[in-house]
Amino acid sequence: MTARERIAGNVANYVDERTGAAAWMKKNLNKVFPDHWSFLLGEIALYSFIILLLSGTFLTFWFDPSQREVIYDGEYQPLAGLEMSAAYASTLDISFEVRGGLLMRQIHHWAALFFMVAIVVHLMRVYFTGAFRKPREFNWIIGVGLLTLGIVEGFLGYSLPDDLLSGTGIRIAEAIIQAIPVVGSYLAFFAFGGAFPGEAFIPRIFIVHVLILPAIFLALITVHLMLVWYQKHTQYPGPGRTEKNVVGYPLMPVYMAKAGGFFFVVFGVTTFIAAVASINPIWLYGPYTPGQISAGSQPDWYMGWLDGLVRMAPPLESYLFGYTISWNILIPGLIIPGLMFTGLALYPFIESWITGDKREHHLLDRPRNAPNRTAIGAMALTFTLVALINGGNDIIAQQFDLSINQIMWFSRIGIIVLPPIAFVITKRICISLQRSDRELVLHGKETGRLVRLPHGEFVEIHEELSPEKKWLLTSHEQNGPLELPEIDKAGVRRPSAIRNKLRSRMSQANAEVAPKVTTKDLNEIENH
Amino acid sequence: MAHEIEPISDPGIPPHVHRKADEDPVAAKRAERQVAILFSLSTLGTLLFIFSYVAIPDDVFIFLPIMGNTNAHQLFLGLGLAFSLFFIGIGAIHWAKTLMPDNEVTVQRHEFRSTEEDRKEFVKTAKEGAAAAGLGRRSLIKRSLGLSLGLVGLSPLILLRDLGPLPGDSLTKTSWKAGTRLVTDPGDRPIKPEDLEVGAVAQVLPELAPGKDHHKLSDIAKDAVLLIRLRPEEFNLDAERLSWTHEGIIAFSKICSHMGCAVALYEQQTKHLLCPCHQSTFDVTRAAKVLFGPAARPLPQLALALDAEGYLIAKQPFSEPVGPSFWERSS
Repeated sequence: MTARERIAGNVANYVDERTGAAAWMKKNLNKVFPDHWSFLLGEIALYSFIILLLSGTFLTFWFDPSQREVIYDGEYQPLAGLEMSAAYASTLDISFEVRGGLLMRQIHHWAALFFMVAIVVHLMRVYFTGAFRKPREFNWIIGVGLLTLGIVEGFLGYSLPDDLLSGTGIRIAEAIIQAIPVVGSYLAFFAFGGAFPGEAFIPRIFIVHVLILPAIFLALITVHLMLVWYQKHTQYPGPGRTEKNVVGYPLMPVYMAKAGGFFFVVFGVTTFIAAVASINPIWLYGPYTPGQISAGSQPDWYMGWLDGLVRMAPPLESYLFGYTISWNILIPGLIIPGLMFTGLALYPFIESWITGDKREHHLLDRPRNAPNRTAIGAMALTFTLVALINGGNDIIAQQFDLSINQIMWFSRIGIIVLPPIAFVITKRICISLQRSDRELVLHGKETGRLVRLPHGEFVEIHEELSPEKKWLLTSHEQNGPLELPEIDKAGVRRPSAIRNKLRSRMSQANAEVAPKVTTKDLNEIENH
Repeated sequence: MAHEIEPISDPGIPPHVHRKADEDPVAAKRAERQVAILFSLSTLGTLLFIFSYVAIPDDVFIFLPIMGNTNAHQLFLGLGLAFSLFFIGIGAIHWAKTLMPDNEVTVQRHEFRSTEEDRKEFVKTAKEGAAAAGLGRRSLIKRSLGLSLGLVGLSPLILLRDLGPLPGDSLTKTSWKAGTRLVTDPGDRPIKPEDLEVGAVAQVLPELAPGKDHHKLSDIAKDAVLLIRLRPEEFNLDAERLSWTHEGIIAFSKICSHMGCAVALYEQQTKHLLCPCHQSTFDVTRAAKVLFGPAARPLPQLALALDAEGYLIAKQPFSEPVGPSFWERSS
């Protein structure tokens, strides 16, 4: 035994005698993780979060979260002698006087953008492959929670520097709070410690941004990961993969090296982009004052859809008995986002209600094999995308020399018309792809080789698929629709007839597929 | 249905294909060298980072294609850090992919549902625990506990009351009073009509009260006014609103009636005011009537007059609250 082994052994012995960790470690070091590029998306989100914690901690050493007015006398000459908040002045100091400060600010901001991109794309992966199905509904809801908190955390973060752009964002947030019926103006005065902008808001959102929300994030991420660990990762269908097993690489050493290495890659790439690409140059915007604004005011991308909804809202307000209800703010700012996120969180339960499927699922769906789900996803994405485009309508109008009013009308009509079209097209594409899978299994792959037969006929050679590929294309389930009785045996309408009818209809739509290859089809081909 | 026999049977996991480095010691040695080189590149990155921190002053700019003038200190600091991190990652992944075992492993899953026995046992224990505490029987304890827990939850809410004052008339009142002089922002100089040419725009604030040298931001957020001069015949106003203008000069609250952004874009040709936040468009000639966008109300108009010295003053306070809507707003 070498000296090193002896020391390691002693340490391990010391810990194990006090915790019994060896048994747990033995089991979990061999934990198996399936390998697929799309499983890295959640990892990117996790690593971006760690990068945010590290870079954010650095920034707090110099940032002064105060709206106390100071006269700027720092290195950046164009703003010399201007009145500004201490928050803005200290952000200028971080950018110009702390070595590496600007780099850290840019790493922090880029990492925040990547964090949100990774969350959204990870969510799309989980959605379109059906990874949210039993037993993973809890984790889906935690994920939706993380997405929602991420949007809030990002907004609070870029509001902290108190520049002209972010101050305008806070003004809009204040208007949304103020628009809440009955209690709105009270809530706004509580949040801002008086009339907008006051001197209380930045210090308050600072503590929410650096302590309260990160603590909630840490707790939710921990539970999210523990559930992934405990429930074992889902896997894509393929040869040897079943609902009862998990095929992949063991944690120690392969997965540790790959995942650990990937953390450094994500950190490295984020740092590279932060080094070469400027982001949020707050010194160009100037300090916030409510009487000024810069043209082309844009939120960060993950808020853009919300701003786009607000922009396209019709000018509706009701005046009742001396009170005002601002539909033009409430509908796009609170009601639609509320419906969107509630629908997102409840989707697993809605789907399982429609299919009547209460079994565990560990094999992922190929999106084409769940046409209805894929089409609903495409519909939701189209809705959000139209809203996002409208959030940049001023920039688009300027860059492409278009009329801003026309873009607005495109969005107002498009947000209602385009999502259903996206649904129909996506569903048809999915079913066509299923049909093409069926063709491939029955007739093989077109090789492009033309052969002339002795009697003069030209035929194209079709190459038979490998057994692995055939298995992949035929192993998915195709369950028929639920058929729920509206009338019971005695011929009486059931109390739940309407609900059953609705559920049967939705289930039928859900079960619409191109039938996959059956044994009968194969036999016919063979006898042909 | 689902349990029908599949037409094609599962061929099982395909046979493992060995990599070059698994069989050829030369290839394995080469892979080892590659990993070492990648890790060494990371070391070089850290050296670049330290060098940039110590030796490149933060006021040196270099010109780069596409990026233009770039701060050399920040750039090389960032590149050094990026390389030092990136190559550790790439090295580790290359190591895992070429030299670590790549045999796929299969393990079995287990159903999460507990066994019937465990579930029964759990229900029994839970029921016994509840029975031992007597919650079911002692309803007096249950109810009083429920009440006290509910009430104790109120205390943090009560404590939050002092987060801010009540709005009072703060949302409906501005600093503009009858006779308040209009002053430039910035500069705080009073304005005569001849200071504004036809077509000109100016941002103004109410004159500071004596003894104050400073506009509070929360005052600017309500008081900011936009002064625009047109030819008097260009107005399309009713008699009252026309009397609020002075020699073609008209004044509107600059705070958007939609969400409170500064309505700062003025199109001289069309005489439209545009809010850059949500593109609400107001017609200056028709008392800031909403032409487009989400705003539901015109911008409030400020009545103008001249004082004895010929400076522009407010004839009266705003006749309605400025800025975004709120519940207590009456129209």
